[in-house]
Amino acid sequence: MNRSGHPICGAAALAALLSCVASCSRDAPAAPRVEEDALTVFAASSLREVFTALAADFEREHPGARVSLAFAGSQELRTQLEHGARADLYASADTEPMDALARAERVAAPVPFARNRVAVVVSRQAAASICTLADLPKAERIVLAAPTVPAGRYADELLRRAALPLGADFPARVMERVVSRELNVRQVLAKLLLGEADAAVVYQSDVAGRPELTALPLPEGVLVVATYPMATVVGAEHPGLARAWQELVLSTRGQLALQDAGFLPVAGPAP
Amino acid sequence: MSVRAERLGLAAWAALLAAFLALPLLALLVTPSFAELKAGLDHPLVAPALRLSAFTTLGSTLLVVTLGTPLAWILSRARGRRAAFIESALQLPLVVPPAVAGVALLLAFGRQGLLAAPLRALGVSISFSTAAVIVAEVFVSAPFFLQAATTAFRRVDERLLLVARSFGASPWRVLGRVAVPLAAPGLLAGAAMAWARALGEFGATLMFAGNLEGKTQTLPLAIYTALESDLRAAQALSLVLVVLAFALLALTRVALARGLSGVEARA
Repeated sequence: MNRSGHPICGAAALAALLSCVASCSRDAPAAPRVEEDALTVFAASSLREVFTALAADFEREHPGARVSLAFAGSQELRTQLEHGARADLYASADTEPMDALARAERVAAPVPFARNRVAVVVSRQAAASICTLADLPKAERIVLAAPTVPAGRYADELLRRAALPLGADFPARVMERVVSRELNVRQVLAKLLLGEADAAVVYQSDVAGRPELTALPLPEGVLVVATYPMATVVGAEHPGLARAWQELVLSTRGQLALQDAGFLPVAGPAP
Repeated sequence: MSVRAERLGLAAWAALLAAFLALPLLALLVTPSFAELKAGLDHPLVAPALRLSAFTTLGSTLLVVTLGTPLAWILSRARGRRAAFIESALQLPLVVPPAVAGVALLLAFGRQGLLAAPLRALGVSISFSTAAVIVAEVFVSAPFFLQAATTAFRRVDERLLLVARSFGASPWRVLGRVAVPLAAPGLLAGAAMAWARALGEFGATLMFAGNLEGKTQTLPLAIYTALESDLRAAQALSLVLVVLAFALLALTRVALARGLSGVEARA
């Protein structure tokens, strides 16, 4: 038996395995890696386009800094942060997860940076027969976000408010047509865009720039407006960069970018 | 190195992976207190998800076994490159990420998919229904059964089949009365694997069938949804899933062992 061969084979195998693992982690998707001078931002999925554009601006203004963005449902990001995920900044589509994190002292000093109208949206084909909110139960398939997702909570609230002008059974009639409650608002939008749903409740910012979708006019008092807060995560590795990001978002340029994307300004009259 | 030292070293090296795999499952078992577990199981998401998972996995496994047995039989008897190609192609759902499988199912059977027109003509709409859950489960679990069944059929002694045919048995009779009983342990193991895979299916179900309590929210989807609001429910549900899967796999081992010994005695 060749005794000296075994340790060499073992070492070679181990080295190969380690190099494979190392290269695999370089190509790992979605999960934000904390690198040198990389700001890690956890943001609600409705902020995808706007924050991606702002990240490009940020990187230009702060040479050497990189912005790493992770988008998901606000509730999902909150769970990750509660379980020790490493991020520098958290931007949520609802004050509830943010307040919970603040109470648990996982984030410091949340500040609102935008608002968003909740919109009932129909696809082009469905728009022919569904023109007002009262027509919504006519839709064959409606998709909402799950009740744990901010967009899902807002949808439930909107339906509750709609019971006043449209009848106490309106929410029930709509819920009969709901076929799925997705785990973030972009999944809802995807089902609508794929043609798998006729109507959905998403944000006004999701409709902006999508001419194939129509937002239904909402009767008086049915309006639901989401407030988006952001905060630096306690124990963040790049608190300076996080503060600079907050400044950018709250600056005139950041606010204009948000409004161009369909968001509402933080302060001001309800539309 | 002495023989004893080498043996210990081998055992230690092997123990690394075993410990790594066992630890999270152990954590699932010991972390929640009994009271927390009970509270978790009382969560309203639990009962509908359990019922739905039981119903859909039973249905999908039955479908996979009934439709997969003749397919595996033919594949096991076929020779040539075309058969080998088809066999490999049928393995694809194994390597395709479940989310991709979900998108693919939408593109095939969805409202704007390849089969949209004929399905609409029949008045059938699959996506976002309980049927869609079964379809997704069949898609991801079938290759497990096919692989095991084909191997099991290949192990059946050709001579026994020849004897059966020489006695005038028709192809169906050969399959049903000779091949299946002889390959039964392997078929059972394959069915159990397919069942376990269907039980754990998440990505394709979420994409193709959606997430609606009582209709399409299976155990894994309920766990994911519950995770964001009630950790105890998620833990309890996860434990249920693990216990179920473990029971299934244990059953397979017993059946396989007993079946194999039976086959050896008969042969």
